[in-house]
Amino acid sequence: MIKGILGRKIGMTQVFLEGGEAVQVTAIEAGPCFVIQVKSKGSDGYDAVQLGFLEAKKLNAPLAGRFKEMGKLRFLREFEIDEVSSVNRGDRVDVSFLKPGDLVTVSGVSKGRGFAGVVKRHHFAGGPKTHGQSDRHRAPGSIGATTYPGRVIKGMKMAGHMGNRKVTVRNLRVVEVDPERNLLLVKGGVPGASSGLLTIKRSGEGSA
Amino acid sequence: MNIKSLVEPKVNREIPELSPGDTVNVSLKVKEGDRERLQQLQGLVIGVRKGVDGGSFTVRRVSYNVGVERVFPFQSPLIQKVEVLRHGKVRRAKLYYLRKLSVKQSRLKERQSKVSISEQVVPAQAEAAAMPATSSQEQQE
Repeated sequence: MIKGILGRKIGMTQVFLEGGEAVQVTAIEAGPCFVIQVKSKGSDGYDAVQLGFLEAKKLNAPLAGRFKEMGKLRFLREFEIDEVSSVNRGDRVDVSFLKPGDLVTVSGVSKGRGFAGVVKRHHFAGGPKTHGQSDRHRAPGSIGATTYPGRVIKGMKMAGHMGNRKVTVRNLRVVEVDPERNLLLVKGGVPGASSGLLTIKRSGEGSA
Repeated sequence: MNIKSLVEPKVNREIPELSPGDTVNVSLKVKEGDRERLQQLQGLVIGVRKGVDGGSFTVRRVSYNVGVERVFPFQSPLIQKVEVLRHGKVRRAKLYYLRKLSVKQSRLKERQSKVSISEQVVPAQAEAAAMPATSSQEQQE
């Protein structure tokens, strides 16, 4: 049984439960995915399936050769699974393996912030705004001591590239599943911009 | 991909078309212990927000010299009924300036619509045409 799927973030909205409770949800276009390759312990050293998602407009020849008679797909990602024997190449995977109340772990690529200063990147407080300060408003302050140790400690928080890296949010609750429309609503936010690629894995079973 | 077409907001059917300046009476289901009762809030609609979540409207009332504002989502299933008592004549979409005025100063003239409005039953189309376009930027004022 495959417990993961690829999806695309659509955006956020708000839905109401029967009792009148408002829930903030992220809508995800989840699947349909297709099994492109089945990896087994015997031939590859581990059990996994490779899933493809969304139609590809253009592929180079080596990649296109992976699909052959199947439709060409844009994104390929691997999911580890326990039991590989029941899965075949070409199988269709949709969101029906999830139900409301389940917990999922969602990974995506966060929005890139470019080269960011310490105030934005590490939530430093910056310097005083007044009392004769010049050019110190968003400065990092001291980054170390003097002759001893005579160097900057490794891992010091400094300015640098922020965002545009893989971010995982664990244990989001599934609010709604609609396999017919490939729609998945999870409570809370997920990483990345709208229409960004997400991998969704079931991390826990729950009651609705 | 359009979220609004995919996750259609379940707008509460008991809420009529509202526009800023309307005086309304909102009946809200309130749970107290295991008993349910209706809570009434009568006041002025000072803003209507649209959005992918179906939007919301803000009702303001001054009671015992304290200004009270409450935001109701159009999707809320807890709203039992909204009665429009009066249409006020207003020239902007968000009536936040009323917060600074006294109750006496914040009275609004009744709106004189070209379409004759019978007391309670309002044709939905005339209502929509008379409603000024609300933009999200104006909310930040």
